[in-house]
Amino acid sequence: MREVFIYDHVRTPRGRGKPDGGLHEATSVEMSRQLMVALKDRNTLPADSIDEVVMGTVSAAGEQGATLPRIAPLLAGFTDRAPGLQINRACASALEAVSIVTAKIGCGMADLAIAGGVESMSRVPMGSDGGGPHGVDPAVSFHKPFVMQGVSADLLATLNGYSRTDLDAYALASHQRAAHAWAQGWFGRSIVPVVDVMGTVLLDRDEHFRPDATMASLGALKPAFKEMGASMGFDGVAIQRYPQVDRIEHVHTAATSSGIVDGAGLMLIGSADAGDRLGKRPRARIRSFISIGSEPILMLDGPTPACERALAVAGLTAGDIDLWELNEAFAAVPLRLMDTMNIPHDRMNVNGGAIAMGHPLGASGAMIAGTLLDEMERRGLGLGLVSLCAAGGMGIAMVLERVN
Amino acid sequence: MSEAITTTIDADGICTLVMDLPGEKMNTLGPALTNPLEAALRAAMADDAVKAIVLTSAKDSFVAGGDLKQIGGGYDHSGMTGAEIVHVFSYLSRLLRWLETAGKPVACAINGLALGGGLEIAMACHYRVVADDPRIMLGLPESMVGLMPGGGGSQRLPRLVGLQKALPMMMQGKNANPADALKMGLVHAVAPKAELVDVAKAWLREHADAVQPWDKKGFRIPGGAGTMDPNFRNTFMISNTMTRANGFGNYPAPEKILAALYEGLQLPMDKALGVESKYLTQLMLDPVAGNLIRTMFINKGKADGLAARPQGVPKQDFTRIAVIGAGTMGAGIAFAAAKAGMDVVLIDRDMALAEKGKAYAAKRLARDLEKGRTTPAKQDAILSRIHPADGYDGLAEVQLVIESVFEDRAVKQDVIARIGAALPKDVLIASNTSGLPISSLAGYSDRPERFIGLHFFSPAERMPLVEIIKGDATDDTSWAQALDFVGALRKTPITVNDGPGFFTTRFIGSFVTASLDMLEQGVNPALIENGARMVGMPMGALTISDSIGLDVSYHAGVAQAKERGVAPKLGVIGKLFDAGRYGMKNGQGFFDYGPDGDKRLWAGLSAMLPSLAHQPDIEEVKKRILYAQLAEGARCFAEGILIDVIDGDLGATLGVGFPGYLGGPFAAMDTLGLTAVVAECDRLRTSYGDLYAIPDLVREMAASGQTFHGAHAAPSPGLRRSA
Repeated sequence: MREVFIYDHVRTPRGRGKPDGGLHEATSVEMSRQLMVALKDRNTLPADSIDEVVMGTVSAAGEQGATLPRIAPLLAGFTDRAPGLQINRACASALEAVSIVTAKIGCGMADLAIAGGVESMSRVPMGSDGGGPHGVDPAVSFHKPFVMQGVSADLLATLNGYSRTDLDAYALASHQRAAHAWAQGWFGRSIVPVVDVMGTVLLDRDEHFRPDATMASLGALKPAFKEMGASMGFDGVAIQRYPQVDRIEHVHTAATSSGIVDGAGLMLIGSADAGDRLGKRPRARIRSFISIGSEPILMLDGPTPACERALAVAGLTAGDIDLWELNEAFAAVPLRLMDTMNIPHDRMNVNGGAIAMGHPLGASGAMIAGTLLDEMERRGLGLGLVSLCAAGGMGIAMVLERVN
Repeated sequence: MSEAITTTIDADGICTLVMDLPGEKMNTLGPALTNPLEAALRAAMADDAVKAIVLTSAKDSFVAGGDLKQIGGGYDHSGMTGAEIVHVFSYLSRLLRWLETAGKPVACAINGLALGGGLEIAMACHYRVVADDPRIMLGLPESMVGLMPGGGGSQRLPRLVGLQKALPMMMQGKNANPADALKMGLVHAVAPKAELVDVAKAWLREHADAVQPWDKKGFRIPGGAGTMDPNFRNTFMISNTMTRANGFGNYPAPEKILAALYEGLQLPMDKALGVESKYLTQLMLDPVAGNLIRTMFINKGKADGLAARPQGVPKQDFTRIAVIGAGTMGAGIAFAAAKAGMDVVLIDRDMALAEKGKAYAAKRLARDLEKGRTTPAKQDAILSRIHPADGYDGLAEVQLVIESVFEDRAVKQDVIARIGAALPKDVLIASNTSGLPISSLAGYSDRPERFIGLHFFSPAERMPLVEIIKGDATDDTSWAQALDFVGALRKTPITVNDGPGFFTTRFIGSFVTASLDMLEQGVNPALIENGARMVGMPMGALTISDSIGLDVSYHAGVAQAKERGVAPKLGVIGKLFDAGRYGMKNGQGFFDYGPDGDKRLWAGLSAMLPSLAHQPDIEEVKKRILYAQLAEGARCFAEGILIDVIDGDLGATLGVGFPGYLGGPFAAMDTLGLTAVVAECDRLRTSYGDLYAIPDLVREMAASGQTFHGAHAAPSPGLRRSA
């Protein structure tokens, strides 16, 4: 496989995923268009330079469905020849989109591509696509019982002995780190403010994080999944698969779970030849990219095997990685990866994560890969690893290496 | 002999078909009814003089559902394809689909109870009017016996009333009365019984429509269907999860019902009916339905009908009995008898204790009243029948005395001797001991032949089973009267021969022993508790021990050791008792109990016990729990404790929580295959000891292809012992 590089990346700020959120009036296709225009302008891309557009969206329904990535590049001024592909690997979708174009470019079937994702959780709420078969279709769900993700997170914490305090402390750090990074302007290079039809800025800054959070304020919140776990039977189903636990400790709250937000993120991926043609220096080389399945009821522990394989394929060990970026679906998820891969907290999600800034499902993978790359550049570090867990029991991991 | 179907045609061309299955109290669906019904319906449809049809019944009820005795009999489908088997089981479905699409309007006059296939027939008619008697039940209770509606009911009910109202009727067997049925849209009208046929005819004359709503263009399921509908989607997600959480995947019927609803409600009627037939066929071929029907319906019916009762003994009525010992068990027995209309002299050492026993009934009744399950008048009547007393003077007029004093041989000996002195010579005496051999207690009595065991389960007023224990000297008159008494309490009797722990106490003991063995060997207690529940036990043995009271278990263990003349081996129970942990009663046992019913394993438990570095797989834990009980059952059979294996299946399921889907230990062994059971028990015995020992007799049965039930059933050694 020939080498594949990241040339650029951009993201929208993340708006609260509610009617009063800053991006609620922006459609998914419009957020995508504005990011594509930004990539085009920042990199002076010729209109006919794009071979492939792959974007992840989890709730690909209504205005956000039906191969949105086909029409968005045309709106952004690219020519008809750029085809679009919309994919869904749940929360890993955007990084999977990057993986797909990396594979296409690596094997020579494409030269330059846009990959990432978009999710307006306020306009197209979770479940808008009907929710799929797992959990709903009895023939599927009795064969492979379904557990809602929050209960899986509490199960992960129970199995690993993470206390409420452990989780709250992790969340507090996420908020503090995000606030600090924003205050220092460290996200500025990649943020593209979203504007309305008059060109007025709708949102230019993540709006979900809480700089004023304290252990006391986090500790005052109620467990988020206790009621559902007990009254809807999810605890019982989870324990049938993990009978070594006497009960599930419901330790996650809304504040130790990722926030519901709107947003989009895109990367410009290409071969060395493509960069030469554009006169662009690559920012990072993609060393490996792995997706792997894990047990669906626990669901959230896919990152460990994904990271292990991604490191092995790249010929690296965990100790070689300078910075780690793992999607903060729930606080137990990064705590678990830090345990299994022996990662110090000061190398993990150093500028905060989805607990603070939110998790626009289909877009997060590209956003956090970009956040990692920006920070590697700021610190002058060589190797980074980005990973996400995904619904249904999956993990994705990608090793990035800076090249300039 | 009368005809199953009577046909009359009136001047308006309305043909009335009256169902009246000869020789039966109720119309049940079997060939004896469906064959003539089909013939009559086809004749009416073909007859040009017939414009419309009314269907009704001459019984008090309409149709009581399928004949389970026929369903439980098993079928031979060898050599048939899947589609051919479905064809067999879809007979009623195909008949009813033809009926509703044959072109002539059909009205149903539901004169009484319509369950299962009865309601399915009614729903396939174009119009339904039900008699205005609130006692009439309309329902689809098939899941209660491991089955599902097979005559289109799973598809027509939600199309009439919506998914939300259909689910509890099909999943939990909840019935609707006529008022409910009208409100939810299950019937079109409610009318006095005498006017039903006239109301039906009026509709046929004035509004007749021979097309069902679901066969009309633009039909929508009430409340919506399909996964784009959030209510539909969420209903299935919650129902699937709750079903799995509570059923552990052991009961196929609720799962197939949900599947038929989910798939069928998104299809046109003909395809939907096909889906229902396929899932019904799967259930029909599953041993769970056969076991549930045999044990919970057919054999329970035999036991409730006192089928084992010796011939030639006159029926004994019970109007006044005495219970000695007003503790938890005695108070519960007195309450149960008072509820059944008997006067009960409730005797204890002093009036305060006797009154306390009566207060138990008062407390329960007050709660029933609060929940609307009784009336003040009934409450007063029941309480007025319990007569507390502190002496044996009131025994002159009783038909039965039950001793329910402390489970201690010396105490029982004293009480039994005193009863004899105070009681007329021919009156029956029973002991509610849970484990002391009845023959040994009978020896303390002046009338061993009139002495019998009546083993109640706690809480006695609610638990449906009574285990009757025949002592060596107990005569048939006493046995017959004991059966009459249990029948009068409207409980299910089983009868067993004597021995330590009889059947049920021994049987549940094997479950508890298997669990405590694992605990002592270092198995994670969560695995033991979860394993029991996954097998289908209502709760794990550690939870049971906590709820009985670890002090009670401790004292019982000491007493048993004394009884056997050996040193007590109390293990972890002893350690917990010494640590002041008495179970749920003081909030501390194997578990810690929080104020809001919150419960978690006691953290200190691990310090008292070893912990295996390599914990067993949950499947091994489940096997140790299940096969300990099967082996105990096999030994009880071989030792002649059981007169009939039916009593073993009923006793285990109704008395001590053996999982219903297995139909009892003997049904389970037949289903699993005796050879496989013996092999598995042998393997487990090698690893875990004699709890899994299989007696030679059962080993020989396996070798010669004999079973516990059915045509190849081995004769019960207990039958000879009992005779």
